[in-house]
Amino acid sequence: MSAALQARDLRVALGGQEVLHGVNLSIPAGRWTSIVGPNGAGKSTLLKALSGLLPMQGQVHWFDKPLVSINRRERGQQLSWLGQGEGASDDLRVSDVVMLGRLPFQDWLSPPSALDHQMVESALKATQAWDWRERTLGQLSGGERQRVLLARALAVNAPIMLMDEPLANLDPPHQVDWLEQVHCLLAQGTTVVSVLHEIGMALHADDVLVMQAGRVVHHGACADEATQRAIEAVFDQRIRIVSVEGQSVALPRL
Amino acid sequence: MNHSPKPWLLSLALSMLGAVGIALGSAMGSTGWEPWWQAVQDPVSWQIVWDIRLPRSLGAWAGGALLGLAGALAQGLFRNALADPYLLGSASGASLGVAIFLSLFGGSVMAMGWLVKVGMTGAAFAGAVLAVMLTLVLARGVQHTLRLLLAGVVVGVVLGAITSFLNLWRPEVWQGMQGFMLGSTGFIGWTACLLMSGVLLLCSALAVVMARVLDALTLGENTALSLGVPLAQARVLLIAVIALATGTAVAQMGLIAFVGLAAPHVVRAMVRATHRWTVVLAALTGGLLLLLADLLARGLIAPQEMPVGVLTAVLGGGYLLWRMSRMSSVGGRS
Repeated sequence: MSAALQARDLRVALGGQEVLHGVNLSIPAGRWTSIVGPNGAGKSTLLKALSGLLPMQGQVHWFDKPLVSINRRERGQQLSWLGQGEGASDDLRVSDVVMLGRLPFQDWLSPPSALDHQMVESALKATQAWDWRERTLGQLSGGERQRVLLARALAVNAPIMLMDEPLANLDPPHQVDWLEQVHCLLAQGTTVVSVLHEIGMALHADDVLVMQAGRVVHHGACADEATQRAIEAVFDQRIRIVSVEGQSVALPRL
Repeated sequence: MNHSPKPWLLSLALSMLGAVGIALGSAMGSTGWEPWWQAVQDPVSWQIVWDIRLPRSLGAWAGGALLGLAGALAQGLFRNALADPYLLGSASGASLGVAIFLSLFGGSVMAMGWLVKVGMTGAAFAGAVLAVMLTLVLARGVQHTLRLLLAGVVVGVVLGAITSFLNLWRPEVWQGMQGFMLGSTGFIGWTACLLMSGVLLLCSALAVVMARVLDALTLGENTALSLGVPLAQARVLLIAVIALATGTAVAQMGLIAFVGLAAPHVVRAMVRATHRWTVVLAALTGGLLLLLADLLARGLIAPQEMPVGVLTAVLGGGYLLWRMSRMSSVGGRS
């Protein structure tokens, strides 16, 4: 199976302190991998480092190509990154925000192409944000904003999609919508990597990467007994993963 | 917000208002209203219109436009609605440049020949650009927005202190400084006017090209990077454009307060658009604001004249105060 993302001895320091201590991983293409772990385990940092957004030591490959050999524009086209709490400004209109996802495909001065408009429309419709396209971000609630930002990331239509806490502020029906969108992306062959706090949601993925204190402690299929035990272990056995109606859920161990 | 005007229509309206303002400005003299279509018949009056009032009005517009443009770029780059074009230290640098020049050469301000005036302009421009460079050095580059802002504050305070010290040491300098610190459109001749227009054209063209970077930055620096935006290079270029626009305006007109801060706010209150439009609209608005302030400065206590910087400070401050009260009454979202 070919790998979409690979890291070898990946080290990242933030503010003079090493946060990732030599991570090795290989994320298979066309599958959904979720990253879980306690607060401060380095999940978001790993996601940024894999996206090439942070200065780092070690090697990262995208589709077997060294990241350093891929230019900016190509990077923008290949990988879509949705950050956590990036704090978008209130002033831009929703459709302009989503159009920014097409930036890696546009020349500096040329207007958006028909394809750009089409991508923006389908992304807005996929997150049910099409009706607000003329509004500004400042006129939306937290959950509505999150759906617009998700549409922005979808509009890139990249073969790799990295999402950090995409469910933040989303109500349950829209969390289910998000799950369906991810399945759509997988059906198109997109590789999805997500950081999720909600363990039950994370276990809907194909694979889980379990992190603790800046290291990957387990990487395996969600369905594996060993994976579920590893998750329970990094959370100090304070949760228990059980199967209900064919889905895994995490229950607090009281 | 669905009723907001189309950006192109707004820029057309602002341009037309600017043209009307320039026509009014060249018809208003120290003796009151004197339309240029009557002045054409009299060679002396025509010379006053052509050599003094027209370049002054055109120059006030171009200078205001430079400040408005720089303000919009600064607010976009720093993602902060309180950013103004002077915030990287250019204002205090220009003041210090003028203070040093005056204490070295211009002992008597009364005997201000054109050479002294050119020298002062050059000193102000050099001071502004050097101060911005000092800010960049102190901030160790352009990577950290917060460090840049702090370094700008430090440079502003320290250079301001040195200027005050020079003023104490050579009290005769203070008189020449005063006009500069308050800002004035009274000294703009054709050379200054053409210079500012040329720089305005260059800076607007660069700003329009860079506008997409500012749009991407509204989503955060990491998102902008992930979209393939060459952030480091773009920052350097944007800061250079801000420094050039501000330095040119300050060198010709002195420290005009609030136009750079208020113009982008006025634009945001009128229309929601991408930066490609808002930078252009902020320039058009800044030009119109300074032109109106200049008209008022000449008209309010005619035949005397007020320093235009005093008026922009009062008007700009009043406007922002009004916006602030409206903002809090609609729940803090603007």
